[in-house]
Amino acid sequence: MRRSWLARGVMLTLLAMLVIPGAALADTLEAANNGVLQESVAINSIWVVLAAILVIFMQAGFAFLEIGFSRGKNVGTVIAKVLTNLSIAALMYWSIGFAFAFGNGEIIGTDGFFLRDYGDPQEAFAVMGLSDATVEAKWLFQFAFCAVSLAIVWGTTLERIKFGVYIIYAVVFAGFIYPIASHWVFGGGWLQSNIGMQDFAGSTAVHLIGATGALAVLLQLGARKGKYGSDGRPRAIPGHNMPLFGLGVFILLIGWFGFNAGSTLGALDGRFTEVAMVTMLAAGAGVLTSIVTAAYKTKSIDIGMAGNGMIGALVAITAPSGYVEAWTAPIIGGIAGIIVPLSIYAIDKKLDDPVGALSAHGVAGIWGTLACGLFTHPRLAQYNGFGDPEGGLFYSGSFAQLGYQALGIVVVFAFVFVLSYGTFWAIRKTYGLRVSEDEEEAGLDIVEHGMYGYPEQFIPAPELIGYANAPGSRDIPTGAKSASSTREVPA
Amino acid sequence: MKKVEAFIRHEAFEPIRTELLGLGFPSLTISEVKGSGRQKGITERYRGAELTNYLRPKVKLECVVASRDVQTVVDTILKHARTGSIGDGKVFVMPVEEAYRIRTGESGEETLQAHPDPAAAPAA
Repeated sequence: MRRSWLARGVMLTLLAMLVIPGAALADTLEAANNGVLQESVAINSIWVVLAAILVIFMQAGFAFLEIGFSRGKNVGTVIAKVLTNLSIAALMYWSIGFAFAFGNGEIIGTDGFFLRDYGDPQEAFAVMGLSDATVEAKWLFQFAFCAVSLAIVWGTTLERIKFGVYIIYAVVFAGFIYPIASHWVFGGGWLQSNIGMQDFAGSTAVHLIGATGALAVLLQLGARKGKYGSDGRPRAIPGHNMPLFGLGVFILLIGWFGFNAGSTLGALDGRFTEVAMVTMLAAGAGVLTSIVTAAYKTKSIDIGMAGNGMIGALVAITAPSGYVEAWTAPIIGGIAGIIVPLSIYAIDKKLDDPVGALSAHGVAGIWGTLACGLFTHPRLAQYNGFGDPEGGLFYSGSFAQLGYQALGIVVVFAFVFVLSYGTFWAIRKTYGLRVSEDEEEAGLDIVEHGMYGYPEQFIPAPELIGYANAPGSRDIPTGAKSASSTREVPA
Repeated sequence: MKKVEAFIRHEAFEPIRTELLGLGFPSLTISEVKGSGRQKGITERYRGAELTNYLRPKVKLECVVASRDVQTVVDTILKHARTGSIGDGKVFVMPVEEAYRIRTGESGEETLQAHPDPAAAPAA
């Protein structure tokens, strides 16, 4: 069994973690007992934990978006993947990821492995020092970001990837790739502190990183069987359920208010309300422009593009949401809504990206990051304390901020692409990335998980009642060893 | 007139249809069916319990052609449906007594052919 060693590895890792002594809790309880706990700690922590829950809810959004865009034989596997990835991200981000991402250091942070022994949290995680929310609250929030970025990676891989690839890459991604790259962009690393790159909630740090991983795996994984005809022209492989896709989009929208507005990490300055409004304005504009763009190109009001347009607009407003005035939000979101459909049409000609992750998260993420260079307002640049205090090009007349943003995009893309491509290359050479053609034809649900997402659609009703070993039924081997195999009865 | 009835793998249908279209046989019907043969069943496991599904999905392709065309159609199906593994399916050929085109009431072998150019067809 090819998966047994994976299972063993996971178990060993879990056991190793039990050996490590319990992490020191923050000293809020002691302060409260002494009557010196600031109320602001509780208020800010409530907002950060609530925002973290909203961002964790986005996992459901990604799951249903991907399920809706998959065929009915590849839906259960998405649930298994999301649960597994979220869990790996939690453990990796707790053990090393958070320390790499938010500890102090230009290249890599080193404070707070296993969230312990970090001393004064305001100093150890200085980049989040604007808020006095507890470290645990901030950890939960930042872990949820890591899990979102990881979820984005798999958008390009639906319906043909081996399940073990998720597990291996998730460990590398949540432990090293994401923490280091995001440290540079919004964890106090050199791009943010020395260069002055602005990325409020992660157009680059979360979405572009995820999309870059998605590109790295797609280039080695190849298209789904039947996606491109013998003449090389792309064919539609319609997803099986647009309502579920729509549910995913709505959940993502809801989650995004935690994603952007929660990135204030506090409630006391009231900034989160402004960020939330900016987020909605961009999303609305993105839906409208993507519908118009798709209608212009394809003569139909495309449901999928309306959703992709909203996601793209949300991705684009993610970086500027804490840096721009409200009037720029419809511009930023609206332009994202135009470029996302065009990018999806262009990419589809050569690369099989079933959900449009490269466009909605990658291209829109680049646009959103650059938008800071255009529209960042001086008062907000100064308040956040990063980048050109004169603001973006529109206010300062200087290309400085735009240059910082472009440099950050190039650096992050190159770093994440090289590490991800190398990781997937190693997986491809050893474990393999892709299921066999027969397995792809049968569907990942039955092949990888031994069960169907929609059994009634695949198992005829008389067999569903479980009369499997009927008298006189042919001698067809069953049992654990042959389960989910597609080998034949000997002739 | 003969009816060709073939049970094939899903992925074989597209190349067969493309070639039949090119050979001038645009009229056919398919159904998604489930059946059993030598191909093994699939075992579904659901929360620890097992359920073996012996019936495998296939495409049933039906096509009525003039007797002289039967071999052409059968050869096309054999060519594209054969992978050499168990589960490739079966082809049956059976006689057909009569055929009518409902739109015009015509009968006989000419109803099996598509009008080369519908616009040029005589007005009914």
